[in-house]
Amino acid sequence: MPSLELKSVRKAFGATPILDDVSLTLDQREFIAFLGPSGSGKSTLLRIIAGLETADAGEVWLEGRRIDTLPPGQRGIAMVFQHYALYPHMSVRENMAFGLRNAKVPREEISRRVEEAARVLEIAPLLDRKPAEMSGGQRQRVAIGRALVKQPKLFLLDEPLSNLDAALRLRTRVELAQLKQKVDAAVIMVTHDQAEAMTLADRIVVMNDQRIQQVGAPMDIYSRPANTFVAQFVGSPAMTLAPATLDESTPLAALKLRDGTIVQTAVSQQSLPRGGDLRIGLRPESVRVANGQASTKAKVELVERLGERTLIYARLADGQSITAEDAAHSRVAIGDEVPLAIDGAAAHIFGPDGSGFHGPAA
Amino acid sequence: MTSQRDWRGLLFVAPFLALYSLILLFPLLRGLWLSFQQVDLFGAGHFVGFGNYARLLHDPVFGTSLINTFELTLMIVPPLTGMALALALALNRAGKGAAFIRGIFFSSAVLSVTIVTLIWRFMLAPDAGLLGETWKALGWAPLPFLSDEHLVLPALAITTIWWSIGFPMLLFLAGLQQIPEDMYEASALDNASRWTTFWRITLPSLRRTLVLVVMLQTAAQLQLFGQSQLLTAGGPSGASRTAVLFLFETTFGRWELGYASAAAEVLFLIILAVTLTQYWATGRNTGAQDGR
Repeated sequence: MPSLELKSVRKAFGATPILDDVSLTLDQREFIAFLGPSGSGKSTLLRIIAGLETADAGEVWLEGRRIDTLPPGQRGIAMVFQHYALYPHMSVRENMAFGLRNAKVPREEISRRVEEAARVLEIAPLLDRKPAEMSGGQRQRVAIGRALVKQPKLFLLDEPLSNLDAALRLRTRVELAQLKQKVDAAVIMVTHDQAEAMTLADRIVVMNDQRIQQVGAPMDIYSRPANTFVAQFVGSPAMTLAPATLDESTPLAALKLRDGTIVQTAVSQQSLPRGGDLRIGLRPESVRVANGQASTKAKVELVERLGERTLIYARLADGQSITAEDAAHSRVAIGDEVPLAIDGAAAHIFGPDGSGFHGPAA
Repeated sequence: MTSQRDWRGLLFVAPFLALYSLILLFPLLRGLWLSFQQVDLFGAGHFVGFGNYARLLHDPVFGTSLINTFELTLMIVPPLTGMALALALALNRAGKGAAFIRGIFFSSAVLSVTIVTLIWRFMLAPDAGLLGETWKALGWAPLPFLSDEHLVLPALAITTIWWSIGFPMLLFLAGLQQIPEDMYEASALDNASRWTTFWRITLPSLRRTLVLVVMLQTAAQLQLFGQSQLLTAGGPSGASRTAVLFLFETTFGRWELGYASAAAEVLFLIILAVTLTQYWATGRNTGAQDGR
């Protein structure tokens, strides 16, 4: 039995469409990330699942039960809010017990679950404090604890790490990953941070323009982006997209860039659409500053030294910008003309409608 | 260096201090001084120590006026607070309709006490008033609200509630809008009923506003004056004479400035004591509720 099922969910605020025909199925205990920029509809979708918004059309099912007709509290769902939404006048213990008391769970059972969650989350010493007396990270744990004690069938996490500072964010990310192993429920996390999505999720749902753009495992999304939006949104720095023309003489597509460079890809020529403009997609790691044989040359505009590698932002002879990678101790300087070696086997091709074509899976 | 800076700082607040001393501090101390004198408006008085206070203790008119004041305050503050809260809860929503109704409920607060009492004289008059006519239409004898000693205080209370409800309603509305929406979403996901949400989320979040409204209204109603003077002149037979009306009559009717000042000091101490008690009883532990 699938965990959560979304069937053709639609939503508009007035004349503004927010979600357009969204369908999705989650497996049991799956960790899903909704990834997308602001306004992509990901938060609205989460709120529809939670029951905080109603869909204009479509159905939401959870473990074989239709839930979009039920009030939020009876859906078997727990949510961790972006700003935690802890009740300020209640102690941590009361915050965690509130939902269970409303559900008429016996008193001993409530305290057993609260103690257990507090132990798992290492917040036992804080149980009698009020939210105002705690740090952001501690409040975050309490918010997670409040969701845990309900033993829901589905956890919803709304930008769970966005309010934490960088160090705490990394630590909490690890903890969320560990938590995922312990809970017997599916998890949906909304995020605009691709690193969070890549590291935590079993599958990523990339959203943009009211629609699901691609659903897939993190590496699938990264190495086989369905379209130019996914290609550019996932991966940092973004993939270079350059207009190119197809040389039709070989079984594997060879593309000619505007500066004359020929890139021999691993994409079957048969699969490509005929006529119309193609674009080639190159990740920075498949464009390297060449030691030996070079594919083309480019003029360096910016050098970013990241420590373990160096990123080179440059322009080809025709003015096309391109991002390349070099070794950690690169000597390249702004203004230099550098030879670039393009790894055609790792190149992606995008058709006139933006859809992606890739070589055989590695 | 430091003392020099202190002096310069003092210069900045000097205008305020001067004005404050002139129009607040001086009258306050002067009033206190007057309360120890036997004095009228026209001549120099003489010092009588606590004589005025001793006289007050045995003055049944003052005693009755204090009791009337307390009764009125008790009749006004709880229902006023409850109704203002109920109105705020009902009208705490976006939309032109709610804004219009908010405006209507607040409009009574901008009227002067003269207009308010005029309106309510028409409302309460047994022969021609709205309530009298209603009573008659229902086949009952009209009630003489303003001339029956058991009905006059409730009538004053109703008038006052009608007049005063706008401002506390606004305070509650402001308090309600401070409660973050996600708190209600969390409680919806926590399967809380509307009743539970009100008692466990809304009311605790409004605690400070509630304390403020009760304290402000208590202090205000203990000084109730205009309604009583204009609607009933304290009657019938002193049944609606409030403490401030007593002050007024003593000062401008009998010209006993010292005696009236002593009564004013007593009222001042009572209001201070009541307000501080309320503050201690309800406001002490609200400090730790900032943040979430």
